[in-house]
Amino acid sequence: MVHSKSNFMIETKKLVKRFGLKIVLRGVDFSVQPGEFVALLGPNGAGKTTFLRILASLSRPSLGEVTVANHKLPDEAAKVRAKLGVVSHLPLLYPDLTAEENLLFYARMYGIEEQENRITEVLDMVGLEHRRKDLVSTFSRGMQQRLAIGRAVVHDPEVMLFDEPYTGLDQDASEMLDDVLRSVAAKGRTVVMTSHDLARAEDLATRFDILSRGVIVASAKQEELKKTNLLAFYKGAIES
Amino acid sequence: MKNPTPSFFKAMMAIVRKDLAAEFRSRELLSAMLVFSLLVILIFNFALELDVKVRESVTAGVLWTTFAFAGTLGLNRSMAVEKDRGCMDGLLLAPVDRSAIYFGKAISNLAFMLIVEIIVLPVYSMLYNINLFQPGLLLVILLGSIGYIAVGTLLAAMSVQTRTRDVMLPILLFPVAIPVLLASVKASSGYLNGADFAEILAPLNLLIVYDLIFIAVPLMFFEHVVEE
Repeated sequence: MVHSKSNFMIETKKLVKRFGLKIVLRGVDFSVQPGEFVALLGPNGAGKTTFLRILASLSRPSLGEVTVANHKLPDEAAKVRAKLGVVSHLPLLYPDLTAEENLLFYARMYGIEEQENRITEVLDMVGLEHRRKDLVSTFSRGMQQRLAIGRAVVHDPEVMLFDEPYTGLDQDASEMLDDVLRSVAAKGRTVVMTSHDLARAEDLATRFDILSRGVIVASAKQEELKKTNLLAFYKGAIES
Repeated sequence: MKNPTPSFFKAMMAIVRKDLAAEFRSRELLSAMLVFSLLVILIFNFALELDVKVRESVTAGVLWTTFAFAGTLGLNRSMAVEKDRGCMDGLLLAPVDRSAIYFGKAISNLAFMLIVEIIVLPVYSMLYNINLFQPGLLLVILLGSIGYIAVGTLLAAMSVQTRTRDVMLPILLFPVAIPVLLASVKASSGYLNGADFAEILAPLNLLIVYDLIFIAVPLMFFEHVVEE
């Protein structure tokens, strides 16, 4: 299939998602430039997770257009998945396998050729090389989340989606995750992250979009928030 | 870093290797299936001990009841492991044809069921004083297991998404598996009672057709079963 190339790494037009009679997304127009780090904020039930699941090709849109890395969803879902890394609050790891075995499994699923070298690189990046041969069931929640990021970047994706990655992490683990997220973003990847932690989002993201009742109600770049803070911007958007 | 898309076969085998490695380390699934199977055989053995004639006539039924219940336990657990920690999403995010996930899981489930059968058959032979090691009967057990696991893996992928998954799988599976279970019991019974091959041929053919259908169906529908 041939289409005109978009300037955006992620683009949705009038995206609607229904579950039975319940409409979760009501015509979302959203676009992300290559290399942008977008924090998608909003109250519980706003549709953030559903939106990310559609971008990740885990859920089909009911209406509208979705393009990720210049491939249309759902028609070119396999091509999108090859360029996409996803981290959620669940680690998507097997507790009865070691850190190395988990990464090896995902490396095989992504068709990576030099698996050993890549796994060493990734474990170094997330600071878990010393726990390479340990079962994931012996890892703390923070270590599992770092390994989950390693799993998500094992195929060196162009686009990363983070769905509430800080859920259940203590202060130390959250700070470690900050560093890993910064190193992920520093490689020029396009990142979309949902979070309830406004302080962390403000620290990491370059743009902030507010999703409320299934639509994007406000959007601002980091430099536009100089005069106000993110909390005031967020509250203003939700209450408007 | 450019990665070639993994082939269907490589992705399928990656899932099989992962499942076998995890299971041989934890032994959660196999031990549950084995203990359950041995208990069922023992209970039937004591229940039917006094009536030798009845016992002979129901041998094939007892055998397949044991396999079916143990298989259901394994199917439920195998999919629950993927669902509970979100690993099913991890599989679905891989850039492969999603039916490769189905076949990977189905081959793992079949391996677990065959391992249980290999251990259960000698015990059954001793307790019921019947020679179960006949090539024809072993073929029926293989074909019956393939059919049961083929449909069971597909339905387990559906039922695991419901809140009542433990109850839902048998409710969905047993009605759909009736043809494969009846054909397996009939063909097994034929071999055990020394029936003519012509008599066994019809249930054998049914088993082969059932297996082919339920290997083909997930190729077309598995993606729709697992996607929201």
